[in-house]
Amino acid sequence: MIKQLTVFLTNEKGRLAAACRVLADAGINLRSLNVADTADFGVARIICDNPDDALQALQHAGYRAAITDVVAVCVPDVLGGLADLLAFMDTLDVNIEYGYCFVNGGGNAIDILKVDGGADVEERLIEAGYVCPKAEDVYNF
Amino acid sequence: MFFQEEFETMPREQLRELQLLRMRDTFKRCYDNVDFYKKAFNGAGVVPEDLKSLDDLRKFPFTVKQDMRDAYPYKLFAVPMDKVARIHASSGTTGQATVVGHTAGDLARWGECFARGIRMADLGPGTVMQVAYGYGLFTGGLGAHVGGEVAGCCVIPASSGNTKRQIQMIKDMGVELLACTPSYALLIADSAIEMGYDPAVDFKLKAGIFGAEPSSDGMRREIAQKLGIRYCDVYGLSEIMGPGVAMECGHGEGLHFAEDHFYPEIIDPDTLEPLPDGEWGELVITTLTRECTPLVRYRTRDISRIIAQPCSCGRTHRRIDRIIGRTDDMLIIRGVNVFPSQIEQVIAEVPGIATQYQITVGTRGSLDYVELAVEMAPDFVFDEIRQLEGLKKKLAAELKSNLQIAVDIRIVEPHTIERSEGKAKRVIDLRKNTGTIRGIGK
Repeated sequence: MIKQLTVFLTNEKGRLAAACRVLADAGINLRSLNVADTADFGVARIICDNPDDALQALQHAGYRAAITDVVAVCVPDVLGGLADLLAFMDTLDVNIEYGYCFVNGGGNAIDILKVDGGADVEERLIEAGYVCPKAEDVYNF
Repeated sequence: MFFQEEFETMPREQLRELQLLRMRDTFKRCYDNVDFYKKAFNGAGVVPEDLKSLDDLRKFPFTVKQDMRDAYPYKLFAVPMDKVARIHASSGTTGQATVVGHTAGDLARWGECFARGIRMADLGPGTVMQVAYGYGLFTGGLGAHVGGEVAGCCVIPASSGNTKRQIQMIKDMGVELLACTPSYALLIADSAIEMGYDPAVDFKLKAGIFGAEPSSDGMRREIAQKLGIRYCDVYGLSEIMGPGVAMECGHGEGLHFAEDHFYPEIIDPDTLEPLPDGEWGELVITTLTRECTPLVRYRTRDISRIIAQPCSCGRTHRRIDRIIGRTDDMLIIRGVNVFPSQIEQVIAEVPGIATQYQITVGTRGSLDYVELAVEMAPDFVFDEIRQLEGLKKKLAAELKSNLQIAVDIRIVEPHTIERSEGKAKRVIDLRKNTGTIRGIGK
């Protein structure tokens, strides 16, 4: 499991920029950003180099922020890579709440998945031959 | 613990005799010394001598807020200026200020009324009391202050504001009794927690006397829990005196009305007819011992009911229930009557929602809409959109089923909703034809 930084933002001009500024000022480097938006609010999900410090910085600045445990899986950056992974997840009988990916051109992508109801998902992925990178490796991808 | 046992536990029959005696005296002083009352009594075809029993009170005319505004500044005073010891006044933000004068005797009795409430909380000599109501023309600060002194407490006149310093003093000075508005008590509690304290453990606080604005059960519970105290409600209004008109003993529901100094009635605000004990309506107060600004049948616009059942604490004074709203706070939304306190009550019952809220009422096309801004509770898990949407739906459904109103819910970031150091502004009405809060009161 890796730590995702989750931030609640009102859907108003400048809120995401302000939150990112807080993180920049705290010396936090972002690896990935995913925003789920609705008409009146959004939830920013962030992978960064130091989630604990990032959480503190945001909370100190008055943001509603939290750490969420998510699963990271390495997937070859080839056609059908994600589709194969999700097909396998289907067989585990767990529900994927949300997910997003990031690639750096090195031949592999990292898929981040929030999985509902499977504490042992990571183990089962590894058993099936998938590579679940270490937290530090994802934070410093 | 009693402060004036003889009066607080006076047998009902004897109390009613005392009330009649004092009411007659008040009416005579009003009629003889205040032009307004002479004209009003004459207009209603009554003279003070027509008050032969307490039931005759209904023959006498009401006094309303506008009468007090029209009397600005001194026209309702029933004593010459050399007998006036202090002036309090409303802010006047919604019209001409209302001025209320107090003689030395009025101030002494006010102190006694408030001191009764401090004894109800089993506190008194030896208690360090911090008054975090605003001091000044507003009656909260000085009212609680004098009450604390009369009860024998050591009083810290902190006034409102500078919350961190308030918390520091509560801690360093071993404060056991806090007096302020409920919304400020919550702000103090939350700020102390943010500063890293557990107020329930780290502070010596035992009780809080909170008033000047309505608060729901949920908010009471939250304040009592966070501060680790007994919550004591106080009722009062500047026109009548200030805080101390009625105070909560903690033995039963409601607040003991200081019936030896004030006579309560509940009326139907539409027909203006008195209602039997137990029924909800507008609280009307006649002062029995006020010298400078006596008031006859003053319409408070506060909605309550009288609880006449004897209280296990031994006090014979009837109780009023917690104020559920004001006739002029009442929102009429698509024809449905709603009090902000009712919305607050619903919010408090939905887990995951914090107690702060703000209601905005506006018009879209020809229809009213209500938008309710709330914050999620600190422990609510929010990384999935459906959790947040679920929270909104749950609150909307509760509001719909409890109050029959459709409300647009907006979850906002923490600290978006203004925390108040005085009275919290909970309702914003944008409907053009009113400008302020729509209501049935005058």
